[in-house]
Amino acid sequence: MQQHELRVLKPEEYFIEVEPYYEPVADEVTVFEAAYANGLPILLKGPTGCGKTRFMEYMAWRLKRPLITVSCHDDLTSSDLVGRFLVKGGETIWVDGPLARAVRAGGICYLDEVVEARKDTTVVIHPLADDRRVLPIEKLGELLEAPTEFCLAMSYNPGYQSVLKDLKQSTRQRFVALEFSYPAAALEQTIVERESGIDPALARQLVKFAHMTRNLKGQGLDEGASTRLLVHAAKLIHSGVAPVVACRSAIAQALTDDADMLSAVNELSASLF
Amino acid sequence: MDVYLDPALSSRRTAAGPASELAAFPAREQGFVLHWGAVIARDNAELAYQFTAFAPRGLRLMDPDAMESWLLYAMDLYDKKGQVPAIRAFQDVEGFAANRQERLAGIVLEDISGVLERFVCGLNGRALRIAVGERCHTDTETIFLPGVVGRLPEKEANFRLYKAMTVHQWAQGWYGTWRGNVLLDAVAREELSASAVDLFHALETVRLDACIERDFPGLHRDMQALRLALDTQLQAYAPDWQDIVRPLRDPAARVRDSLALWADLSGHRAPPCCYRGELLPEAVRARMQIRAALDRDSFRIALARLVEEQDKQAPGEDRPDAETLPETAARLGTRAKEDPDSPEGLTYELFLDGKPVAPPEDVVSTMESIIQDLGEIPPEYLVAAGPGLYRRGLGSEGKDADSAWAGTYHEEGAFAYDEWDFSRQHHRKGWCILREHEVKPAGLTFYHATLRKHGGLIKSLRRTFEVLRGEDRILKRQPYGEDVDIDALVEAYADARVGLEMGERLFTRRQQDDRNIAVMLMVDMSGSTKGWINQAEREALILLSAALETLGDRFAVYGFSGWTRKRCEVFPVKRFGEPYDDLAKGRICGIEPRDYTRMGAPIRHLTGLLRAQDARIKLLITLSDGKPDDYDPAYRGEYGIEDTRQALFEARLDGVHPFCITIDETGPEYLPHMYGAANYVLVADVARLPAKVSEIYRRLTS
Repeated sequence: MQQHELRVLKPEEYFIEVEPYYEPVADEVTVFEAAYANGLPILLKGPTGCGKTRFMEYMAWRLKRPLITVSCHDDLTSSDLVGRFLVKGGETIWVDGPLARAVRAGGICYLDEVVEARKDTTVVIHPLADDRRVLPIEKLGELLEAPTEFCLAMSYNPGYQSVLKDLKQSTRQRFVALEFSYPAAALEQTIVERESGIDPALARQLVKFAHMTRNLKGQGLDEGASTRLLVHAAKLIHSGVAPVVACRSAIAQALTDDADMLSAVNELSASLF
Repeated sequence: MDVYLDPALSSRRTAAGPASELAAFPAREQGFVLHWGAVIARDNAELAYQFTAFAPRGLRLMDPDAMESWLLYAMDLYDKKGQVPAIRAFQDVEGFAANRQERLAGIVLEDISGVLERFVCGLNGRALRIAVGERCHTDTETIFLPGVVGRLPEKEANFRLYKAMTVHQWAQGWYGTWRGNVLLDAVAREELSASAVDLFHALETVRLDACIERDFPGLHRDMQALRLALDTQLQAYAPDWQDIVRPLRDPAARVRDSLALWADLSGHRAPPCCYRGELLPEAVRARMQIRAALDRDSFRIALARLVEEQDKQAPGEDRPDAETLPETAARLGTRAKEDPDSPEGLTYELFLDGKPVAPPEDVVSTMESIIQDLGEIPPEYLVAAGPGLYRRGLGSEGKDADSAWAGTYHEEGAFAYDEWDFSRQHHRKGWCILREHEVKPAGLTFYHATLRKHGGLIKSLRRTFEVLRGEDRILKRQPYGEDVDIDALVEAYADARVGLEMGERLFTRRQQDDRNIAVMLMVDMSGSTKGWINQAEREALILLSAALETLGDRFAVYGFSGWTRKRCEVFPVKRFGEPYDDLAKGRICGIEPRDYTRMGAPIRHLTGLLRAQDARIKLLITLSDGKPDDYDPAYRGEYGIEDTRQALFEARLDGVHPFCITIDETGPEYLPHMYGAANYVLVADVARLPAKVSEIYRRLTS
């Protein structure tokens, strides 16, 4: 059997060639394109698993730009974004970070979950995010000017309850904000069907189940089931797992550890299938 | 036996009787009774006497295992409900022995009501409470279920029976048994006599079951299985029943169809059904009347707010007593929209001046409640409230609260705070008088009891919080450290190549930063916290304080309470800078319920104290059991909420992060408005408050 050859790409060569499946919810595509055309950075707000990252892939495909995603975490320093010196064969060489690569290549740089990054790190994007559109590279003593194709986007979940993880006003006020939430029932059903291949009746029940868990938000659940979780459950069902089991493993256990809540959620799924 | 029973004995009552009865049993049984008697006596001597007196009878009826569950059952009752029910449980030893089988497999509602409540909440519609009731029914806000269900041999099956009962009662609300007053009117006209309600209920059950079958196939299967197991005479029951009721299985069937069919069926008996319970129209009528008026008024008030937003001016200011503003009726409208997920297949959009408006979330839930009860938004509801209704909604201004206090109170040594009057959109200057009062420290018994009760939890809290202590920071270019600083090394290397002197600061070192957080805990000491809420609050404070000590965060604890604007009070339990010593611990134990919850002034006072702290992050955490409230009726309702919201807004301007932990289940209706969507947490189960508070704090600051 011939082994499938895995592609190895540099970040700025990562063009999305096949159209990612995305169902527009409102006018987000128009707004994004208008912002892009005007060189404005974009902030995606919304709960986890509602399609923010998929939307970015879709837009990258639409605009035919490479997509460079940085998943932010609390150890992310500004040199991780901008670049650093390395020693190679007795010489010191400069290596661009993902942000600098995206600027040079005129790509789309997507900072996922940006509040997770340290506050001093988020500040380095400020000059890029306003009308200057430059990335200062302090260590080189250079200013990197962004081409018109370059686009900066980041995502943020406003539902987190940590005072340490709030987006500074000076950062957020530089962005055009797009709000995402879970798609309407009929659309969500279509998405679940398309992503997993299960039949419409099952998809409809799954969406109904998601709404039940969303009713419980604030009553003991931090978040209801996301579209992503629904797709996971649907894929399990498509592979022959019983619906109740799929809901338990892919959704209920992912939502909570609380025993009472788990049994309530499991009862809800059992009542539907 | 005499030793442990001593306090319960008197000249007329001695231990001789039980002792001689007990003497007839083997030593093992005697030892069992004496051991447990002594254990119970530590809690309550009278109970120990009752146990000892009835134990011989119990021993004749039950084996030791059953004896133990009997006495644990009674002690459980004592812990929860007091001495009298526990004594009754001891005296009813025969009853316990007889029902033992049921008790072993049976399920107690208390154990599963949490699961059932969440389950129903997930199903849809109005959030329903679950309570124990003598008759299994619903008043459309609470579902009453029997306290114990043990009809089936397995626990799991009994739980399914509970679930089926709950779902049936929920279905009455959701699939419209009570909608549009069809049924209640028929009862009122005496078309449906009390004796015939059962048969009607059986027909309606057919209709509801068909609805459930369509929407919840899994539930339907469970319910059918239960009927097969329990309603054994069902097969023998009128063979033509299935044909008679077939029309009710139609998706278009409504409650009036059940009613019409019932009229044709006089003489039939209702077939048995294990989960049906009863219909109590009068209970529903009382509840719905109250709700209908409330919903209508709050809907109209909401409409007035929408009109005000549109016009940029409050409507009807020229008519201060008008309850409604008829001229607005023409500007308002609704349009039905198809929505397969709502019970009647329709939702309603709200129109103002021909344009659709998106109502805020609380209005949406009011609209849903109206639609669930009436099936539509009646046209006569579509009129904005006038100032008269507005005021009534806030509680009528009774006697002037000021006069009671005028001149009687000197205001020296007190702080005056502004209060926000939302109807004026102005502060009332120096309106509230606030004082700090000492809390008398109580003994440390409660403190030690809490440490014992939550010993394991405290240990694990300490561990988790130790991990949090100080965030790591990497210091670069250090003369020594645990890792090589590549940047510095590269530079030094380059320097060395050029012939310069090589630097020495080539390492990175981790250093722990101060967390630099100051947190103010503001504890509700209003009268409504009396009893175990207060106890849970104190336990929560003791646990959280232990955690905060580990963490090294600066913290202060203040209680608050109030009685009209002249007597707002805060109670320093532990100030910033004070050590968390026995005195502070004693004060935590000494926190007791007082008066009302006028929240604005205490928030402003505590914000001032927080502002004086030099910290990077300042947190104001409120522990509360309800919305702002005062003896002064003017403060109740929206005024209090708006004032609190304003006080919190001012706090935010001062760099303070407010956060609320509440046990009020209606909290989600007003807390997002006051604190912001992500700044509160509801802990519905009071017993879990102590464990939850520290967990919430950890999440909040990491």
